[in-house]
Amino acid sequence: MEVLNSLVGAFAEMFTLFGLEVFVGGMLSGIMYSLVAIGFVLVYKSSGVFNFAQGTMLLFAALTFVSLTERQVNFWVAFAITCVVMVIMGIIIERTVMRPLANQDLLSLFMATVGVNYFLEGLAQGTWDSAVHGVELGVPTDPVFVSEIIPWLDILVSKFDGFAAAVALSLVIGLYLFFQYTRTGLSLRAVSDDHMASQAVGIPLTKIWAIVWAVTGVICFIAGLIWADRLSVSFTLTWAVLKGLPVILIGGLTSIPGCLVGGLIIGASEKLGEIFFADVFGGQGIEHWWAYLTALVFILIRPTGIFGERDIERI
Amino acid sequence: MYYRETGQIVSSYIEDRRMVPVREDRWIMWAFLAFMFFVVPFIGNDYWFSAILIPIMVLGIASLGLNIASGYTGQLSLGTAGFMSFGAFTAYNLLLRVEWMNIWLAFLAAGVVAGLMGVIFGLPSLRIKGFYLLVSTLCAQFFHEWLFNAYPWFLNYASSGVVHLPPFHYRFMPFQDQIFDMLGMAKEYNAYVWRYLIALIVCVVLALAAKNMVRSSTGRNWMAVRDMDIAAKVIGIPVGKTKLNAFFVSCFYCGVAGAMYSYCYIGNLDFMIYDLRRSFLVMFMIILGGLGSILGSFLGAIFVYGWPILVTRFGDAVFGGGYLDTAFVENNSKIVVGTIIVVLLIYQPFGFAGLWNTIKHRLRIWPFRT
Amino acid sequence: MSTTPPALAINNIEAVYGGAILALRGVSLTVNKGEVVSLLGANGAGKTTTLKACSRLLGAERGEVTKGTIELYGEDISKFNAYEIVRQGVVQVLEGRHIFSHLNVEDNLLTGSFIRNMSKAEQKRNLEHVYELFPRLTSRRKNPGGLCSGGEQQMIAVGRALMAKPSLILLDEPSMGLAPQFIEQIFEIIKRLNEEEGVSFLVSEQNAMVALRYASVGYVIENGRVVKRGSSKELLESTDVAEMYLGGGKDVSFDGVKYYHRRRPSFV
Repeated sequence: MEVLNSLVGAFAEMFTLFGLEVFVGGMLSGIMYSLVAIGFVLVYKSSGVFNFAQGTMLLFAALTFVSLTERQVNFWVAFAITCVVMVIMGIIIERTVMRPLANQDLLSLFMATVGVNYFLEGLAQGTWDSAVHGVELGVPTDPVFVSEIIPWLDILVSKFDGFAAAVALSLVIGLYLFFQYTRTGLSLRAVSDDHMASQAVGIPLTKIWAIVWAVTGVICFIAGLIWADRLSVSFTLTWAVLKGLPVILIGGLTSIPGCLVGGLIIGASEKLGEIFFADVFGGQGIEHWWAYLTALVFILIRPTGIFGERDIERI
Repeated sequence: MYYRETGQIVSSYIEDRRMVPVREDRWIMWAFLAFMFFVVPFIGNDYWFSAILIPIMVLGIASLGLNIASGYTGQLSLGTAGFMSFGAFTAYNLLLRVEWMNIWLAFLAAGVVAGLMGVIFGLPSLRIKGFYLLVSTLCAQFFHEWLFNAYPWFLNYASSGVVHLPPFHYRFMPFQDQIFDMLGMAKEYNAYVWRYLIALIVCVVLALAAKNMVRSSTGRNWMAVRDMDIAAKVIGIPVGKTKLNAFFVSCFYCGVAGAMYSYCYIGNLDFMIYDLRRSFLVMFMIILGGLGSILGSFLGAIFVYGWPILVTRFGDAVFGGGYLDTAFVENNSKIVVGTIIVVLLIYQPFGFAGLWNTIKHRLRIWPFRT
Repeated sequence: MSTTPPALAINNIEAVYGGAILALRGVSLTVNKGEVVSLLGANGAGKTTTLKACSRLLGAERGEVTKGTIELYGEDISKFNAYEIVRQGVVQVLEGRHIFSHLNVEDNLLTGSFIRNMSKAEQKRNLEHVYELFPRLTSRRKNPGGLCSGGEQQMIAVGRALMAKPSLILLDEPSMGLAPQFIEQIFEIIKRLNEEEGVSFLVSEQNAMVALRYASVGYVIENGRVVKRGSSKELLESTDVAEMYLGGGKDVSFDGVKYYHRRRPSFV
């Protein structure tokens, strides 16, 4: 009974202005997850590979960048160098791992990325170090009173979250247009459906994958930078991938706009859960499994996510 | 090879369906078991028991569990450590709170509870497939970390979050106290050699059980679901039921392994060690050892667990003690294991077990080539 | 020696899967320009492997050509990638169709044209041409390929190959799982393309009756080896082929069939 009461209380509290602020703040922090998710979806959509190494690529990029700036390299030079490193890394992964494994079943490819993940973890920390570094992008983090713009909306929003949202949104729009309206985009979708058939019609699988992995490397870097500014660069950054996972699963593995929507949902649900429902369950720190529970509920309703392509199966 | 199966003619179905069809293989198996049971306890020392043999057996069982879900039934799971943790906590609480509990029953209960958790978290597999299923098992993984953290009752309100497992927990045979007193061994219940024997018995029983399940209709159903679930459904295999029983068996193994991890290996209970990284470690074991292979589960465990030790030992031998720092060893083993995973996936998708089969096949027809 | 090299010349190739299974042990065949050649054989005889060796798709299945050469228009292809083969004008239509199931029919067809950097207008013309050949597809334009029927999928597969403006099409078991009138229809289109546009075909088939009716030359392949070559007329009249594939050879006794098998050594 007590639990029920507090549950009702929690729900009641959710629909106040404070609840709205939490909701909006959560959505915006969910954008951070979207950033990770975009790289995931890009690779999955173009090759059918569930790239588990995403988190470590992110860490590797951020760590490279930080280590360079700490060695007094100019910001933009470091940025350029890191971009190049990530492009090269993407191409190397494609060459040495994805190409020999083309046409294998998706589980093998997934496992291969798990291997790459482990490899990069060792490499990143072996090459640089495992200390905690700070990153300052120079984006203001002070809050904005939304009421100054929309008078009746008396809530606070962080500028930094706005910046992250802008980055994510432009990435999503760009990639969406690319996949939907360009030749390469269409080829990529074909490749993710059937490797063999796309080779048979003359789509240069390997070239296209090299491009995708290179782009993914750069996207990882961008996401890594923003995350690093939020969290600082350390090993914990690799767990960003675990934040991205429920997001892409909600949005659907094959949908770029899904990343954004999934991120918003997860972010909001996580914050609401943490603030209003954690006490009901008798302890803080529920956000880890809460996100997955949210995702699970969505997926049970739509087994391939909100925007994901339905599997077409026949014998 | 030095022996051939030629001339070993079977004359009944019972013989035909033997687990180990070749006579010499049977001899080797019995000799190996006898060696492990009757020789090793006398020649082994604490280091070998505690740091090598026990962990390999425990992790081997865990990876066998994961292999049943992922390798045999094709259901991806990243919650292995979570299910291990459910098992460990079940065993601990039973032994702590139930007067007449002994370690065998506790392990069994650990398996059953973890198995039931597995069924609960496996329920979504009835509706969702493939990578989407990761969400459910990851949920299990994080849920256990939160549960055992938020409710200290499970840890008997230990302030440090770690419980040392008291000796009276290690009750593994009737009249144990009396026998031990008689032999003058006081209360050495949790001496490593006993832990080793407990682990070995559980390990042998579970491995044989798995081998037989895989050969039976249960196992064939699992594999049918893995290879193409629609086709399996069409020929009348109850896909949902098969998935759930795979989850149950898989998590049963993980649960037992979890209890053993606490009781036989590290000797204390702490939910922090059952983190996601442990899940991944177990996953590496099955990838390297071979998906869908019982032998492979153990080979994988040996390699993934053994490699860092080997590197450390090697470093100590070549450069003198303590030359290689732990960070180096850790990074090195990550790089090596990562590389080997990729290389094996490319050249030998069935892992060490596949390698072993190829070698065996080559030897069998040696000196001829295929 | 003729001055123009044949469209496809396979010289005594051997192919191995996974470094262990010998799938082809000496296959030679020639497809001249503007010819329809059929490749007959039972399951596992090596038809698909032969075709995939020509289109360089073997590597995708852990297979490789270990001996012999394959030449397209006189050019050795052992160094080529799969897409370079397509660029040469040689397209394979895979067995079992392999449609991009999530792309709609039109997108499926368009993927075929990317290898030739053609203009939008040309692409459109091409598309119209395919729709004209397969009017059935017109109404399915926006349907996902995976939801089309087997016959339609085969049409998509052939149409997709045509989008690349090929000069030689390697067609693998077009009749698989299709009703007789669909098979007829597919072969009519092969005939039409061959006569009107001079496209050469290498068609692997189990349905020898139909294949030999449309092809000019046939090869019989068994256990990874060409065991018979001849014009379609010869093959149709041959008692061996009749017995093995057409099921109607009256003069061949069971002993004779066994003898037919026995006269070739079955190991390497």
